Amino acid sequence: MSTVSWITARGLFGRRRFLLLLPLPLLLVGLAVLCRALDVQPADWGPPVLVGLGLAVVLPVVALVIGTGVLGAEIDDGTVVHILTKPLPRWQIVLPKLAVATGVTAATVAVPLLVAGVLADSVRLGLGLAVAAALGALAYSALFLALCLLTRRPVLLGLAYVLIWEGLLGNFIDGTKVLSIQQWVIAIADRVAPTDLLTGSVSVPVAAVLTALVSVGFTVLAIDRLRSFSVAGETS
Amino acid sequence: MTTISAEPAAPSTPAAALDLAGVSRWYGNVVAVNDVTMRLGAGVTGLLGPNGAGKTTLLHMMAGFLAPSRGTVTLAGEPTWRNPAVYRRLGLVSEREAVHGFLTAYEFVLASAKLHRLADPEAAARRAIALVEMADAQDRRIGTYSKGMRQRTRVAAALVHDPQVLLLDEPFNGMDPRQRLHMMGLLHSLGDAGRTILFSSHILEEVEQVSGTVQVMVAGRLAASGDFRTIRRLMTNRPHVFAVHSTDDRALAVALMAEPSVTGVELGRTGLTVKAGDYGAFTRRLPKIALREGIRVRQLLPEDESLESVFSYLVEA
Repeated sequence: MSTVSWITARGLFGRRRFLLLLPLPLLLVGLAVLCRALDVQPADWGPPVLVGLGLAVVLPVVALVIGTGVLGAEIDDGTVVHILTKPLPRWQIVLPKLAVATGVTAATVAVPLLVAGVLADSVRLGLGLAVAAALGALAYSALFLALCLLTRRPVLLGLAYVLIWEGLLGNFIDGTKVLSIQQWVIAIADRVAPTDLLTGSVSVPVAAVLTALVSVGFTVLAIDRLRSFSVAGETS
Repeated sequence: MTTISAEPAAPSTPAAALDLAGVSRWYGNVVAVNDVTMRLGAGVTGLLGPNGAGKTTLLHMMAGFLAPSRGTVTLAGEPTWRNPAVYRRLGLVSEREAVHGFLTAYEFVLASAKLHRLADPEAAARRAIALVEMADAQDRRIGTYSKGMRQRTRVAAALVHDPQVLLLDEPFNGMDPRQRLHMMGLLHSLGDAGRTILFSSHILEEVEQVSGTVQVMVAGRLAASGDFRTIRRLMTNRPHVFAVHSTDDRALAVALMAEPSVTGVELGRTGLTVKAGDYGAFTRRLPKIALREGIRVRQLLPEDESLESVFSYLVEA
């Protein structure tokens, strides 16, 4: 593990906000276990729990908390300066942080989705959801990491994207679904494990290409923005 | 505003020189730094200025954390902006006290050494921690430290790679008098060893004790640069004030009033307060006058050569 990854991981797990992540995955698994225990038909609880909660809420919210936590929190409290005053090419700072954010998000979300998928249908669905969630974690993390360097309100903008663009507009305007990470994740999961529980609105090639483009594009943008990182102008 | 310059004859380590050439920085219509040109060589230099003078903005530009709106900032010929390679030569202790509180001082400094890719990071971390006298507390979490201890830990992290240039923004903040003295000694020794040290402070006594060389910022401009005593002597539009005590103060006052270099004499209980328009002419003439009048001068003290008076003159100008 690189020194940047080590500091990032220590910082992430050392902050109390990390504890905020635990209830959502537990709720996901709890609901799946409850529905299964009560013999509710998977067709009835699968879509709202797996997609409505798992992919539409748990994945993006966890990715937002972690993605902004690995860099945004350091920018907010000023500790990022310690890493930036080192003779490291900026990609050697952004990539380890992205790896930590993606890894922790994927681990936090993929495992509950795997369990919920198995309970809802099959191991294949569980694996499909886990793989798609991991890819989604990468795309979301790249997006939120870049937002930390593009705006002083990354959490607010990230929430606006998740809640308004993906959550609200996605239900009324079909076109917005093409630029929705949530829809790409559903399409990929449906491709890995086709079931009636998942209904993709975007074709798999489009989802795969856009996931790659967003992941790479926002990572490159973050690296470039970090090269020009300015400390807030004080004139004292 | 005219910049008063009293630069040393030649920088002793040009390889580590930090150069600012015509540097300006503005935010919209607000000019924070206005056309500053300076060259920092080996030794300790104090960066002074009232609040809002642009000191921190200038330090940020020097450290590569702010792009100049105009002009260039270079370290050993390389631009500091968008150039992480300069941090091989540069160390920064910023004003903000942020430190990773979840790490111990040793872990924090060791991480810095590793990020610098030092050959023996453990030894470098131990050396830097010893320099700031933090060895006894190095295994405690930084979150449990006092303000002064955190500050020293940050200085250790900035020194771990033995940088040629060290920039410190208000480094004595939060330190107790003993820690302050130790830090002053450390900066002195680094300067004597050929390092380029620039520190900002709003406490004039600190600057006076650590460094004779100052860069004075006023309203975004470089108002004065060099040794502050020399700067004072270059302020010919302000009379120099001396406290003089002699065997016959009254007779000396009469004799001094005839001197063209003397602009005023005040006779007090403890001696004379003499205002002289020309520092050199007065100090050359006084012994001769005293000899001629048969008066013995017991005390001659320049009263407004302190950094405080130099600074106040510059700010008022």
